[in-house]
Amino acid sequence: MPPGGSACCCCCGATLYRNLPDSLNRSLALTVAAAVLFLVANAFPVLGINLQGNGNAVTLLQAVQELWRQDMPLVSTLTFVTAILVPGLELVMMLYLLLPLYRGHVPPGTSLIMRLLHAIKPWGMVEVFMLGILVSLVKLVQDFRIIPGVALWSFGGLTLLLAALASSFNQRDVWAHLDLKQRRSGV
Amino acid sequence: MEWPGRSAAAQGFCSCHVCGLVSRPQPGETAARCPRCWTKLYFRRPDSLRRCWALLLASYILYIPANLMVMMETGTLISYRKDTILSGVIHLWHNGNPGIATIVFIASILVPLFKLVVLTLLLLSVRRGSTWGIKHRIKLYRIVELVGRWSMLDIFVVTLLAALVQIQSFATVRAGAGAIAFGAVVVLTMFAAMEFDPRLMWDPLRKERTYE
Repeated sequence: MPPGGSACCCCCGATLYRNLPDSLNRSLALTVAAAVLFLVANAFPVLGINLQGNGNAVTLLQAVQELWRQDMPLVSTLTFVTAILVPGLELVMMLYLLLPLYRGHVPPGTSLIMRLLHAIKPWGMVEVFMLGILVSLVKLVQDFRIIPGVALWSFGGLTLLLAALASSFNQRDVWAHLDLKQRRSGV
Repeated sequence: MEWPGRSAAAQGFCSCHVCGLVSRPQPGETAARCPRCWTKLYFRRPDSLRRCWALLLASYILYIPANLMVMMETGTLISYRKDTILSGVIHLWHNGNPGIATIVFIASILVPLFKLVVLTLLLLSVRRGSTWGIKHRIKLYRIVELVGRWSMLDIFVVTLLAALVQIQSFATVRAGAGAIAFGAVVVLTMFAAMEFDPRLMWDPLRKERTYE
């Protein structure tokens, strides 16, 4: 199959296999970049508002805490899990897999990590959160002076990087490495 | 549409839904696992239809308070309003940006409704063993899986606004109980879509069924 090519199921048209060139190296580069932006996005305020000298600015984590204080634990947890916990875990696990693979060996617990990644994938919603920030901006702009935070731009960049990561990472390459290792050790 | 040859499942082959490895579990083995990644293997998701129905019914029930109850309370010096999802969209349309209002309308109202209706139709079609329009139905299922997450939009907006707009007596925003119901609908319909095994739709197309 040519680089960049893909194979589809003849019955339902689903993509069966994609030959992604240089998948693991590119994914590692994107994961490192995304991890840096993820830290920045969580350390700095997303948005700030100002109304006649009175202002307020929150980071994502502060927003989650504030909602918890307002007796909305479920909504708060939902935001925490989908916008912070899952994307963060995903990046940590990707780093754990890709760094050793880059140096040519398969880290212990690879199949467990891959299964976890598979399970939590649908719950990482950075791109939806990004749209949420934009909608909030529009809702606030009539009543307040808006101070866009550093995290606003970071979340924008993070969205793009995660999309690029999703389209460059080929899980089957990891499985192939694992197969090779198992064959070598004679299992 | 006719089937080209016997299916892999009919010959005892099963593909792992996590790593994609095709293996052949021992006939009669109840708890077969993938030899590569140790995931539990199954030809069709166990109890797929029953679980999907249950989650879907729960979503239908919660869909009512999600739309009727207050999603967000906004108070300023001169005004106080309580918004449900729909009234929030209408307010945004008139007092903000119609483009953004359309996006919120699609994500918060059309997408959840679409998911509920499509999943119900898919479940009914599988129960009847329908072979009609299989390619369209499989496409519908993929769309449901793809768009489901975007309904979280309103939850994020409420979180951000309620946390940010806390300027003493000048302006406050609080999340309403509707947000809880709405978040639950999004999560439950996502689980329902995951429980549904789309391969069940293909089964009526073939006669032999040696697995199960």
